Amino acid sequence: MSTAPARPIGPPEGTRRGPGGPMGGMGLPAEKAMTFGPSARRLVGRLRPERSLVVIVIALGVVSVLLSVVGPALLGMATNIIVDGVFGNTDAAGPAGSGGGIDFAALQLLLGIVLLVYVFSSVFQWLQAYVLNGVTQRTVYRLREESQAKLNRLPLTYFDKVQRGEVLSRMTNDIDNISQSLQQTLSQLLTSLLTVIGVVIMMFVISPILALVSLVTIPLTLAITTVIAKRSQKLFVAQWAHTGELNAQIEETFTGHALVKVFGRQREVEQRFLDKNEQLYRASFGAQFVSGIIMPAITFVGNLVYVAIAVIGGLLVTTGAITIGGVQAFIQYSRQFTQPLSQLGSMANLLQSGVASAERVFELMDAPEQSPDAVAAATPKTTTGRLVFDTVSFRYDPATPLIDELSLTAQPGQTIAIVGPTGAGKTTLVNLMMRFYELDGGRITLDAVDISTMTRRDLRSRIGMVLQDTWLFAGTIRENIAYGRLDATEQEILDAAKATFVDRFVHSLPHGYDTVLEDDGANISAGEKQLLTIARAFLARPSVLILDEATSSVDTRTEVLVQHAMAALRRDRTSFVIAHRLSTIRDADLILVMEAGRIVEQGTHLELLAANGAYTRLYEAQFAAPSDAGAELNAGVEPAATQSASR
Amino acid sequence: MLSVLLRKYLRPYGALLAAVIVFQLAQSIASLFLPALNAAIIDRGIATGDTVYILQVGGEMLAITVVQIACAITAVYYGARVAMAFGRDLRGAVFAQVGTFSEREVSQFGAPSLITRTTNDVQQVQMLVLMTSTMLISAPILAIGGVVMALQQDLELSWIMAVAIPVLLISVSLIIVRVVPLFRSMQVRIDTVNRVVREQLAGMRVVRAFVREDYEVARFADANAGVTALALQTGRLFALMFPIVFLVLNASSVAVLWFGAYRIEGGLMQIGALTAFLTYLIQILMAVLMATFVAVLLPRAAVSADRIGEVLGTQSSVALPANPVMTVSERGRIELRDVGFEYPGAEHPVLHGVNLLAQPGTMTAIIGSTGAGKTTLITLLPRLVDATSGSVLVDGVNVRDLDADLLWSRIGLVPQKPFLFSGTVASNLRFGKPDATDDELWAALEIAQAADFVRAMPGGLESPISQGGTTVSGGQRQRLAIARALVKRPEIYIFDDSFSALDTATDARLRQALRREISDATLIIVAQRVATVQDADQILVLEDGRIVDRGTHDELLTSSPTYAEIVSSQLRVEASA
Repeated sequence: MSTAPARPIGPPEGTRRGPGGPMGGMGLPAEKAMTFGPSARRLVGRLRPERSLVVIVIALGVVSVLLSVVGPALLGMATNIIVDGVFGNTDAAGPAGSGGGIDFAALQLLLGIVLLVYVFSSVFQWLQAYVLNGVTQRTVYRLREESQAKLNRLPLTYFDKVQRGEVLSRMTNDIDNISQSLQQTLSQLLTSLLTVIGVVIMMFVISPILALVSLVTIPLTLAITTVIAKRSQKLFVAQWAHTGELNAQIEETFTGHALVKVFGRQREVEQRFLDKNEQLYRASFGAQFVSGIIMPAITFVGNLVYVAIAVIGGLLVTTGAITIGGVQAFIQYSRQFTQPLSQLGSMANLLQSGVASAERVFELMDAPEQSPDAVAAATPKTTTGRLVFDTVSFRYDPATPLIDELSLTAQPGQTIAIVGPTGAGKTTLVNLMMRFYELDGGRITLDAVDISTMTRRDLRSRIGMVLQDTWLFAGTIRENIAYGRLDATEQEILDAAKATFVDRFVHSLPHGYDTVLEDDGANISAGEKQLLTIARAFLARPSVLILDEATSSVDTRTEVLVQHAMAALRRDRTSFVIAHRLSTIRDADLILVMEAGRIVEQGTHLELLAANGAYTRLYEAQFAAPSDAGAELNAGVEPAATQSASR
Repeated sequence: MLSVLLRKYLRPYGALLAAVIVFQLAQSIASLFLPALNAAIIDRGIATGDTVYILQVGGEMLAITVVQIACAITAVYYGARVAMAFGRDLRGAVFAQVGTFSEREVSQFGAPSLITRTTNDVQQVQMLVLMTSTMLISAPILAIGGVVMALQQDLELSWIMAVAIPVLLISVSLIIVRVVPLFRSMQVRIDTVNRVVREQLAGMRVVRAFVREDYEVARFADANAGVTALALQTGRLFALMFPIVFLVLNASSVAVLWFGAYRIEGGLMQIGALTAFLTYLIQILMAVLMATFVAVLLPRAAVSADRIGEVLGTQSSVALPANPVMTVSERGRIELRDVGFEYPGAEHPVLHGVNLLAQPGTMTAIIGSTGAGKTTLITLLPRLVDATSGSVLVDGVNVRDLDADLLWSRIGLVPQKPFLFSGTVASNLRFGKPDATDDELWAALEIAQAADFVRAMPGGLESPISQGGTTVSGGQRQRLAIARALVKRPEIYIFDDSFSALDTATDARLRQALRREISDATLIIVAQRVATVQDADQILVLEDGRIVDRGTHDELLTSSPTYAEIVSSQLRVEASA
């Protein structure tokens, strides 16, 4: 008699390497919800750069599956030796009939071999996990890297439409989720598939007819899995979409924390959060539950087959069509066959969840990009800074024209003041020069080259800009200034800091230039931040300069000096100034008066006053303000795109 | 921390958890029945050719299978519900806790880290609960049952278990001990990724203007490599875990056979007992193995729980009064008595000995150089931070004793950074007064000199506003922020450098409109421009955290050298530039 071999202690049922949890299942390769297939294939396709390692992983998997199949068989032989010793049978496994005594020499040898097999199996398993870990992590690294690079290629209009926290969630929560699913399911997926193949081969070797009968479970399992997974995939997609929305709301609330408080909105904000949180709960509960049905369902199918075989087999035996041993062997193999299937099922939730996240990341990656730079990009031969707008038209919203057939010429070295009411299109003009947005008509040339034929990099490196929003990143003050020109020497950074009076306040900071700016520069004042952004532009030394003249957050004593520095910076450069300081306007070589996307007047201060047109009206409205000493001091035409004195 | 969180936030779901345990148990027992019945079919049915018996037992097996799937699905149902409800509640708790924070705690954690903690960290702990309740809850049951059964089979051989189980536990804990600190850094580095991406999203225009895409790619690559390096390290440690566990398990089976053989040879044990022992050993070790799955999840969940605990355990430095004053008799009087503010460990106080009295219907202006402490001074009023010495009184009551909602309802704040929320113009304006009518909105827009451009927008009040207000110009944003405060109709207005982006004429018109429309309110205006402050009832000149001079424009021109210097410097700016 042959005692049942010790059950193979291979990958346990349920899960194998799994933080993240099994329950539910995914069938075999299979069709999932509408988008599961393509997204999953694409995710697997991302492993391509690691394909040689993937081959190694598969090879290691084959070996370790092979060893884990051999192990139990050898243990079975060892059991037989003991049985022989007791019952005195002669058996192929043991040396000839040593009746009445166990052959310990043979047993020792056999158990030694088994131990060795297990050691090797573990080593191969470890090697496989080790290599696979590298494959997974590098793949995730590339995924993150590409998503971030993608952000740089998206048109600015994309960011006007999405919430920051939503994009953020794709890059952190979703990619993190993909990382966990890949790490936990890949090796399991592989081992289970290999085991299924191995068992099928073994079954065919033993009895092709029984194997075919057992194979009935496959289409049945697939059908069930497909039906269930289709429903749960939708829920997983909803789960991660809700996570993104929730993240966006959290991000916005935490950013506007003070406002939420002072405006007494805590309760409403919390209520909105609770609603979203509840939606997330419903989707994720539904996803986990529905997907969790897969594993019991597969087990159920396995059990049905088990029952059927027991009954049918039993009936067949009574008619003498099959032996008892045959039925028993058959049952064992069919169990072995359904076990890896239900293991696959146990990973369904992880897998589906990961694919749902992957879909969101791919969605970001597939968002339409800004037009690519011309391949054979033109580059101006000179750097005089002559900028020409030739019948330029542009609109953000297709229905409302913003800039209409605008033409202007900026001669090298000129200072051009742009004035006009809010919404006249002054900031837009600047955005177009920088090619933040593409024209709808006409063209802009810099030193006789159409800027749309230049690379953006080339164009922008020729244009310096102080934007209305001060933007600093979490780094030292030195790093933030050096942002203007990465190859600047220490001395150049210091010079720029001195020229823009950053040096003065830096000395009062505990760590000087090495002071680390906190989140959005919360530890320095708004004025100081503005000085830093000016220093940054100063360091960049471009041939064309764009200034939003709004330095009112810089204290007035410093401002005098900054004005001097700015004047020096403008010298010999073509400068566009969105001006609100009377002196700047008066001294400008050319004043452009904008109204509703058009230049309605251009000329010098005196010319325009003499013309007694739009400029004169603007001048009188703005500068002859009601009994305001400040008009004298600090007059200006509406500085549409001013520094928002960002905190 | 993890156990504290689990106890506290799983308590409401005790009954559901109990249901999960019951159904998991029933499910496991049902699945154990099948082999026994199968044996019965073979031993009795097939051997004797009893067709009726075979069919009868087959029917029983079918029934058990149905019971099993029903129990399994029910267990999954309750398990998923418990885990997801736990996550929902924990997220809600963290979010609500951050809501109580003052500006100080928010900047101490940093918004990106608070975001990670509310989403990603909660996700980690939730995963642990999910795994535990859907598959691991039966592990202890199986293990204990296995031990009891094995001991019945053979007491002598159980020393193998006494060796194998500790070896397993020790090797698993050795790995976990090394993994925990790695995971701690891991969550910190996820914070960093979050921070860098958030900065890049906020500064997209600057990045592009300075052609710093490559630099940003490199900066992100650093953060990315940081996370990846840790993930690789933890992954490598975990790669060891399962091979070790399997090796111990398999080696134990070998040992059982080897030593069992001796006992059988000596007649101390039956072969059947040996096989049974082996089966139970496997069952026990299987349970241990299941526990190690939790072990894989545990370190990260524990670290995340600590980070969540830090948030939940942080008391706002602005403590809400235990017995708040719910009514006040005055309307908008502000008084600061010898107020000081300093950050712990800072060399110089930000504010020192500040005294101030502002009456309803008056305008108080605060002027001073960059970094003089102006913004800090005004954040004391709505208690975004608390003074570290002296007292701040609103309507004669110390703000620390005043009901927070009452205090905030009296204050309209226009912050230095006129942050707008994503939504529409109207939804932003209604931020302080959700039930405001369109007429009220338009009235506020008129005062804020914003009605014209809102009218000109394609959607009027319903025009979309992107997050932070990036689709409107700085001047427009500032005026919308002013209108937002006006809609609220508070008694105290605080304008923190809120006119900086306005031209002087608009600035003047706006201030005139303010005086006309809200003549009975208290106005506090922080400004840089003399023009903005000159007609204030009192002007405070702040320097290095102290009020150096106070008076009207005319008084200060003669009495205050600092003020005179500010005025003349603004004239010089005009003259020089």
